[in-house]
Amino acid sequence: MADTKLTAALAAAKAEGRAALIGYLPAGFPTVDGGIAAINALIEGGCDAVEVGLPHSDPVLDGAVIQTADDIALRGGVKIKDVLRTVAEVAAAHPAVPVLVMTYWNPVDRYGTARFAADLAAAGGAGCILPDLPVEESEEWRKAAAEHGLDTVFVVAPSSRDHRLAEVTAAGSGFVYAAAVMGVTGTRAAVGNLAEDLAARTRATTALPVCVGLGVSNADQAAEVAAFADGVIVGSAFVQRLLDAGRTEDGVAAVRALAGELAEGVRRA
Amino acid sequence: MSEHHLPGTQVPTAHIPDARGYFGAYGGRFIPEALVAAVEQVAEEYEKAKNDPAFAAELDALLKDYTGRPSPLTDVHRFSAEAGGARVLLKREDLNHTGSHKINNVLGQALLTRRMGKTRIIAETGAGQHGVATATACALFGFDCTIYMGEVDTRRQALNVARMRMLGAEVIPVTSGSRTLKDAINEAFRDWVANVDSTHYLFGTVAGPHPFPMMVRDFHRVIGVEARQQVLDRTGRLPDAVVACVGGGSNAMGIFHEFIPDAGVRLIGCEAAGEGAETPKHAATLTKGDPGVLHGSRTYVLQDEDGQTIESHSISAGLDYPGVGPEHAWLKDTGRAEYRPVTDRAAMEALRLLSRTEGIIPAIESAHALAGALELGRELGPEATVLVSLSGRGDKDMHTAAEYFGLYDAEGTN
Repeated sequence: MADTKLTAALAAAKAEGRAALIGYLPAGFPTVDGGIAAINALIEGGCDAVEVGLPHSDPVLDGAVIQTADDIALRGGVKIKDVLRTVAEVAAAHPAVPVLVMTYWNPVDRYGTARFAADLAAAGGAGCILPDLPVEESEEWRKAAAEHGLDTVFVVAPSSRDHRLAEVTAAGSGFVYAAAVMGVTGTRAAVGNLAEDLAARTRATTALPVCVGLGVSNADQAAEVAAFADGVIVGSAFVQRLLDAGRTEDGVAAVRALAGELAEGVRRA
Repeated sequence: MSEHHLPGTQVPTAHIPDARGYFGAYGGRFIPEALVAAVEQVAEEYEKAKNDPAFAAELDALLKDYTGRPSPLTDVHRFSAEAGGARVLLKREDLNHTGSHKINNVLGQALLTRRMGKTRIIAETGAGQHGVATATACALFGFDCTIYMGEVDTRRQALNVARMRMLGAEVIPVTSGSRTLKDAINEAFRDWVANVDSTHYLFGTVAGPHPFPMMVRDFHRVIGVEARQQVLDRTGRLPDAVVACVGGGSNAMGIFHEFIPDAGVRLIGCEAAGEGAETPKHAATLTKGDPGVLHGSRTYVLQDEDGQTIESHSISAGLDYPGVGPEHAWLKDTGRAEYRPVTDRAAMEALRLLSRTEGIIPAIESAHALAGALELGRELGPEATVLVSLSGRGDKDMHTAAEYFGLYDAEGTN
């Protein structure tokens, strides 16, 4: 099978001798069109791949920053069709850049597993990250995803035991998402030592790239994580820039600037 | 009461979920990877504890000497006259220490927490009864205790907030989302993900990821085991119907379970219909919801066409929840149990009626079951016997009741 867009993007970063930069923003935040502009700015600033969040009424894995963004998006009336339009517009503007959807499971379940996979693929999406769908419950989704050429990225955690890591990484594709702090999403002041250990234990079970998310918010942290990870995932820091900006265009500019700083960080030797 | 010795965990049951925690199509384990090890530890420790006579003996002693089990069965003759003359029997979980059935599950999980070597407990609470029971057990066992409670509920159940704090618990009002039970659970999950090494999430109802629906049910099965024998001893036969309120559904599962094999006994769950199940303001999940995933298991959920949870509404904080335990979802689909909506108004009328005919002030949650019993008694007639789970006492609800009935007015309106 030919490489997926996601596999190719991560391989391209590796060929440059650096970690990839993966940016996250929820769709519909602050508006659907504003969100599309902001996600395009992630890519224009230097992200190698993006995750489009599907806002949820019960974001139990997210900290206050992303909860706030999800609330704003849902109060603005964002629907799954708007999330798919966001994916389609970003993918059309940046055909080489993989666009993933990150979503809690129930919206996909409700929309219909096969229908969601088909519509996401038709929109040009590259795959899904489903943080509350453990491997044991994922068979139907993985089948649908494979049928439509979508990657399924699974999350591992510091609490995952080694045998469990092997089960999880064997089921996934694209990359492994190492959520390397115990806790909900949100920026952290320091890169903990849990991250490097988790990356190493994960690597021992799989040939997939291991990308690390742990609340990175600046270039120095990105460089620190890039030293041991195949990719650096940044979400809350981008959301915060949009929350802090008075006007959407200022927020989009701030997102683009931060992506640029982080892209410099992952390129430090 | 040796025949009632730890019935929840020692007596075999026909209703064991499959290896992945499914009751039919409902249940399972929809959790983030960060919690998998902790939830597996709970499942493994519970399996060991179930078969450990020392665990059984310790829990049995607590239920007897601390909780005050067995709880009595009360004939309510004057109330029965309003229920079409059917004989209504109340299973008095309101007389347990802390004032509701919640203590049954809490003591079991507190013992389990100690076995797992954890020192901190977190819990969600709606009406505050689970929070009070949890704070009580934490005081008894010396655990640190943090209770998450929706900000709306901290106001309508202020007495229970004070009780929890008196017992040494930290009570954190939750200001996200609908600021009620659903959001308290969200916040407790967030805490658990961050502190899972030291902390047990003492989940308060028969929902959540496997093994919680099974385990919490098992700790509450004592209600039905006692009640079934008490009804037989008192009346010489089984009841025609067993009625309980259903929010998450823990007291209902507890009293229903022993009767599931008794095909002639109707099992009736009363859901909170708020302003009416036909209005947007209700919490009648089994009546109006659709299958989906909420808080770790597949079950019925009040949700929109995009899978976003719809905010529930009920005058009762304990039933104000847009999900329900997965075993109830299965009992509904198989037809073994029936679920009926009961409005705020009907529940409050039943609350006042029991208070004035029997001198028992029930919790607003339990009043939903009483309203269901009134309706059912009128349907079944004077030959029928209806067993009702009186899951909690109403002290905590006096503020709500006083406002509803105008009891703070100079003369009272009623």
